[in-house]
Parts: sequence; structure tokens; C-alpha cells
Amino acid sequence: MSTLDTTLEQDTHAHHGPAKGLGRWLFTTNHKDIGSMYLWFSLLMFFIGGCMALMIRAELFQPGLQLVEPGFFNQMTTMHGLIMVFGAVMPAFVGLANWMVPMMIGAPDMALPRMNNWSFWILPFAFAMLISTLFMDGGAPNFGWTFYAPLSTTYAPPSVTYFIFAIHMMGISSIMGAINIIATILNLRAPGMTMMKLPLFCWTWLITAFLLIAVMPVLAGVVTMMLMDIHFGTSFFDAGGGGDPVLFQHVFWFFGHPEVYIMILPAFGIISQIIPTFARKRLFGYASMVYATASIAILSFLVWAHHMFTVGIPLAGELFFMFATMLIAVPTGVKVFNWVATMFRGSMTFETPMLFALAFVVLFTIGGFSGLMLAIAPVDFQYHDTYFVVAHFHYVLVPGAVFSIMAGAYYWLPKWTGHMLDERMGKLHFWLSFIGVNITFFPMHFIGLAGMPRRIPDYALQFADFNMVATVGAFIFGLSQLVFLWNVIACVRGGRKAEARAWEGAEGLEWEVPSPAPYHTFSEPPKLPESLR
Amino acid sequence: MGRTIIKTIVSGLALALYSGAVSAEWEVNLTPGVTDISSSVFDLHMTIFWICVAIALVVFGVMFWSIFHHRKSRGAQAHHFHENTLVEVIWTVIPILILVAMAVPATATLVEMYDTDEAELDVQITGYQWKWRYDYLDQDLNFFSNLSTPREQISNEADKQEHYLLEVDRHLVLPVDTKIRFLLTSNDVIHSWWVPALAVKKDAIPGFINEAWAVINEPGIYRGQCAELCGKDHGFMPVVVEAVSKDEFQQWLAQAQAEKQAEAAAAERTWTLDELMQQGEQVYVRACAACHLPNGEGVPGAFPALKGSPIAMGDVAAHIDIVLNGKSGTAMQAFRDQLSATELAAVITYERNAWGNSLGEAVSPAQIARLLEPSTGEAEQ
Repeated sequence: MSTLDTTLEQDTHAHHGPAKGLGRWLFTTNHKDIGSMYLWFSLLMFFIGGCMALMIRAELFQPGLQLVEPGFFNQMTTMHGLIMVFGAVMPAFVGLANWMVPMMIGAPDMALPRMNNWSFWILPFAFAMLISTLFMDGGAPNFGWTFYAPLSTTYAPPSVTYFIFAIHMMGISSIMGAINIIATILNLRAPGMTMMKLPLFCWTWLITAFLLIAVMPVLAGVVTMMLMDIHFGTSFFDAGGGGDPVLFQHVFWFFGHPEVYIMILPAFGIISQIIPTFARKRLFGYASMVYATASIAILSFLVWAHHMFTVGIPLAGELFFMFATMLIAVPTGVKVFNWVATMFRGSMTFETPMLFALAFVVLFTIGGFSGLMLAIAPVDFQYHDTYFVVAHFHYVLVPGAVFSIMAGAYYWLPKWTGHMLDERMGKLHFWLSFIGVNITFFPMHFIGLAGMPRRIPDYALQFADFNMVATVGAFIFGLSQLVFLWNVIACVRGGRKAEARAWEGAEGLEWEVPSPAPYHTFSEPPKLPESLR
Repeated sequence: MGRTIIKTIVSGLALALYSGAVSAEWEVNLTPGVTDISSSVFDLHMTIFWICVAIALVVFGVMFWSIFHHRKSRGAQAHHFHENTLVEVIWTVIPILILVAMAVPATATLVEMYDTDEAELDVQITGYQWKWRYDYLDQDLNFFSNLSTPREQISNEADKQEHYLLEVDRHLVLPVDTKIRFLLTSNDVIHSWWVPALAVKKDAIPGFINEAWAVINEPGIYRGQCAELCGKDHGFMPVVVEAVSKDEFQQWLAQAQAEKQAEAAAAERTWTLDELMQQGEQVYVRACAACHLPNGEGVPGAFPALKGSPIAMGDVAAHIDIVLNGKSGTAMQAFRDQLSATELAAVITYERNAWGNSLGEAVSPAQIARLLEPSTGEAEQ
């Protein structure tokens, strides 16, 4: 312990603290600065994408067209999806990784700090370009975030070219971020931290990073094929020239399904850090958690066509993808069972991060159940492209991925800011979000089963009541995120002083350094604390 | 006093819940449908649903039991166990067994759904932006089916009727107790033809043909919608299937064929400008206004204006050409097969004389009919 304190002493008095002014943020190579920028950026995107979601819900409050034209409605669904997936969820996870991975493994910074700076600074430009399409002639992309050809090629608005370029930039950013995380985790671990002692957040991110490197080039490939079809006379997706529109879907979902796990595996990692802390008990089945994560990642490459059960793939293909998809329930179930076993016979308290983590376990599992139902191909013919699917993926992404990010933010905010959160405000945010999210998305199961297709601006009368309920829920959920913003700002500005080990049951290297974490940590490799030896 | 308020609230809620349960507006589940397949799909759906409920009860039960009993505020001390290979194996194997049990009936149903052999009636379904075309193969009959909900209802200027957005001008009429094969394709983007009561949802893909089938057990009207995002009016292309007895179907078929011939004959007579304008407006609202807007002003950057446009005000041959043959690489469709000669002549006349495009000239149905004849021959070569 004493050696650790001396190193920290030196750090705080070290000659290079943060630079002054705007230059600090533009040129920084510090993982904490870059992590903060990623997190603020993703929060901004979360609010922009959220406003689009509220516009969609406001139009759907009643049958009939009230607020927006169908064309603009399609632009909203498209941009909402793209911004939330690529702008909010993914950068938030990269931000958390930037902040926490070096501190969890006892590294002084990320392995490739300059690339780290670049991979962040690409994003504001990519999204500025994407959002600028809203103001172009013909409007923003209006073909859904899955941009199926030929709606996104022959029939696309001219802004599709800007969309393609923006996607390329986001892909480059993600790949660089992923390389950095892999290089850091594999090379910069403190002496004695073997792979099987790695905190689970690092494990899940390591696996996620490999997924990113594997599939982001596939996304780049598919948008390039679109670009060629639109501008250079090729016919990849045009049957008239010997191509096939369904090829687009195969390539897209070969990226898209692993992408789904890119958005949930780091969430598993965060939850696996938080539950043991507040249950005051070691994570149950650490090794099986690692293997389950790896199995999910491998299986994610074998199930892409379950998004395409209705395109008319041959029976054998249909059966293969149905069985492979059902199989994913097994490792996912193992993870949920392990979390429950961690709580079992623990000594639990329910601070805000834990509340979000518990809500994650329950609501993500509900999303998993509807996922299992969707895996059954003959029944999927009825569910496919309805609000049942919308309910399913919002359950895994909002009270799944987004709740995990909020849980992580509340969990680590004392470490970042040096201040404890006002628990009353944290709980207020939690309960409003929890209630809002369920009022929004649970009725969507019903309207989906009753037959309402997704991505429609107006609907038949029998769907009216549940749509109204969902819209009310969406506004509760959306507005309650202002409480989150308030909490974060309040925590940055002041509050009860946080100790190094901000939470009683917290274990791991990040809790050995003071709160707030000094600008440079672990300039000397630390000795592992008792719990990790 | 307090008691009465509570009583009122409780009885009010009970009434709301009760009336909710009886009205179709709170529909919460899949339809069992009207085919054997749709009912086995429904059974599969309910089976997997109850499996999920059972698992949820166990998992969440243990979780909430722990949350309640193993909390620090109740003095719970944390135990130290954190590994057990046996339980890991158990909770890996049990889910696998459940999944296998589920996969068996699912596979059986799927195999049956893929068996399109020995169909007694073939219907080709073609998706267009934003309507369906139905071809009764070997019956020399085809027609388009458009949304028939008036625009005033959509824009909230009139009360919405019972089948708001789920009604069309021409139903797809099908016989019951007959194995009907659907051949699906598309003229432009990908659409998806879906009728929940038949448990048929299949993508209509340009350049390819997909197959599906149904044997409808009960006469009735079954409504569905396009399920795949297909552009601006994706929410406005419903499907309406009308299942009738075999005899009624034969009668309907004969009548529909006769009507089609009468329509072709109408093109030969002389039409006045007023008649053409009148019919042209109807056709325009149905087929053109979705993109070019009812006032002909279009959507800048997406759909060009017709009002004052060089095409609608210029050379009539060029105007006819673009309406008949479309413009490749754009959303402008070829309407030669979508509209009759009379309808084409009327709508072109309308476009050249409405919104201040006052050219005063009429395009005659006979002229269009002549244009349609030879080139159909060319297309077949």
C-alpha cells in the first residue's frame, strides 16, 4: 500500500498536469480527458436522438397525421436509430473503457494515446455531417437505420452519399478505438494480473473489440457497394444488372448481428462489476462468465439471417439459423444465472448504480425472452417487422445497454469527480426512468402481436390506445433524463467528498487510487491488492 | 366520505378494465388465424411464451427472494462461495433440453410452411410504391389494390371509419378450402405482404420471386399491411383478402373478367375534355398525388413539381412517354401496366390542364391505346 501512495504523491506533483484552454481538449492524449469527451459526446447524441424519438412518439400519440409528413417521419426513425447506435451507445462504452480500462489493469494510459485522440475527434465531424443531411434538398436518409437496398440506393435521396461517408468515418473511429483497447489490455496489465484475473469489464471489452475489428470493415464494405451502385454504375443490389437486393441484407446483417453484441457485451461487463460491489460478495462463476461472453461472440457470427427469415431463404438455411439463434439463449442464460447467484446470500444495499444494475438484469432478461420467441422462425413470420420487434430490441438496448451505461456512470462518477452523488436525486432518476421505460416499451409487445407494423407514421384504430400509453411513457422517460444531466453536472460541481474506495464493497485497482483520480495514474506499475492476488 | 371515493375509483377502474377487455382496441395477442398453419403458429407462440413465463418466475423469484432476505439492512452477512462447476453444468444443460423440446414442433411447422406443392390456384402479388397488384395466373385477370381511406380522414379533417387505413378499393378475392400459392415479387423496392390471419408474411423483392401458400378455412375479410419499409407511404398500403365460397369465387371471377373487357372497349369511344379532366383528377389523386402532391407542386429535391413543369407544359409525346414508361433511376414508375388507356389519357390531360397548366388540349384514350398495343408486342420479343 505504501509504495502505491508514494507513486500517487509523485503523480499529483508531476510536471505535466492538464494543459490550459481549448488546446487541452483538442490535443490531449490523456485517457481520462478522452474518456470524458467520449462520454459528453455520447450524452449529447443521446439527447439529440432522444428528441427524434419524442417526435416519432408525438406523431404516434393519435391515429392520423398531426405533426409531421410521412417522409419526415421516415427521416426521424432513420436518424434516431443511427444516432443512438453509433452516436450514443457505442461512444459511451468507448468512453467508459477509456476511463476505466487503464485504471482497472494498472496501466498509465491507453497503449496508443495519439490514435486515441484521433479516434475521438473523428466522431464530431462524422455526426455533424450526418445531421447536416436534415437540411439538404430531399432531406436526410429516410430508409431506416438498416438502409435496405434498393430503397437506399436507386430510391434514396441525394444525401445518401453524405450518409455513406459519415458511416465510413464512424467505422474508422470504432476500429481505431478497438485496436487501442486490445493493445492496452494485452500489453499494459500490471505485473501479476493474468488474463483470468482481468476485471470482467475488461474481458467483455476485449471480446467486443475483436468483434468490432471483425465487422466494421464489413459495414464499410456494404456502404461502399452502395456507393458504387449509386454513382459508378455497378449492380451489386440491382437484379436488373445481375445483382441481388437480398445480398445487401446478408452483408449488412453479417455486420449487424455482431453489432448487437457490441452494444451489449460491455454492458454485461459493467453489471458484473457493480453487482458484486453492492452484494459485497465475489462474482459467482467468473470463469464461466468469461467463457459465456466468448461463446456469445462466436455465435454472433452464425445467426445473422434470423433478421431475414421472411426474405425467402431455403428451408435448410432457415432451420440452421433458427437453431443457432436459439443456442445463444444458453450462454446468455448462464450470465443471468451467475448474476442472480452473486446476489444470493450476499449482503445487499441498493444505491443508485445497483438499482440500475438490478433493473438491467430483469428488463434485459425480458428482452432476452422476446428474443427467444423471435428465434422460432415459423412464429417470427408473424412477429417480423412489427412493434413486437421494436419492443424486443428497445428492451435490450434501453433498459439494457443504456441502463448499464447509466449504472456505470453513477458507479464511477465518484472516481471521476471526487464527489458522491446525491442519492435522493439518483433514486428519483432511477424510478422515473424505470417506470417511463416500461410504460413506453411494454405496450409495444401488445400492439406488435395485434398486428401493427413498425416504421409507420399512422396506424389503424385498434392500435390507438396502447400507442397513446407508449407516447406518455416516452415523454416521462425522455424528460426524466434531464434529471440525469442534472445529477452529472451536480456531481462534477460539488458534493460529499468521495473516498478512494467510494463504495464499501468495491474491489479492484481503480479503487486504490484517490478520488478524483489524479491526471496521471500508475506511472509505476502497482502491486495488486489482496483481492486480486 | 373517503370510502366512497375509493369505491368510486375502484369501480371506475374495474369498469375501464372490463370494457377494455371486451373492446378490440386493447387487443394484446396474436390472432389464431383462419388456416391450419396459422393455428399451429399460434400454438407455438403460446408454448414458447409460457416457457418464458415459467423461467422468469424461477429466475426473478430467486432474485427477489435474495433482494428481500439478503440485504444488509436486515443484517445479512455475505457468504464467500463464488464457484460451483456442477451448478454451471446444470444451468447450461437444462436450457439446452428446453430448447430442443421447442425446436421439434417449430421445425415441423416450418417444413409444412415451405411445402408449396400442388397448389390449385396461383396468385402473383407484385408490390409497387405504394399499392399491390394481383395477377390471377391462367385466369387472364389482374388489378391493382389501392388504399381507399379518404385523405381527409388521414389529415384529421373527417372522422375516421372503422377500417381506417385497412381498406382498399379492390379486395383480393380468394376461394376457401383451396390451396392457393402466392408468388411474390416487386416492381421497385422491397415490400412485404402480410396477412396475420393467414400467418403469411413474405418479402416481395424486385427481380426475384418468393413463394408462400395458404388454405383458408373460413369465409371472411382478413386485413393486413405492408411490413417492410418501402418509402414515404409505407404505412398506407394495406392488404385486404376476401375469402368466399368456391362457387361465389367462380361468379366473381367471371364478372371481373367481363368488367375488364368493357373497360378496354371504353377507350375506343370519343371523350370530351371535361370528361377526361373529371376522371383525370380521380386517377391523379389515386396514383400521382402521393409524390407530386394534390396541388402538383411536388417535394423539392425528392419529387419534381408538375405545376408549370417543362414536361407537363411541353411536348405531349415526351409527357406521354414519361408517364407510360417511367424514368429509370428515379422513383417515377412506368404506369403503362398500372392504368388503363382511358385512365392514362385522362391523367395526362389533367396534368396538362390543372393548376394553371392551361394548354387546353386533350389526349384521347384511343391514342394511348394505340401506343400501348405495339410496344407490348416488343416487350414480349
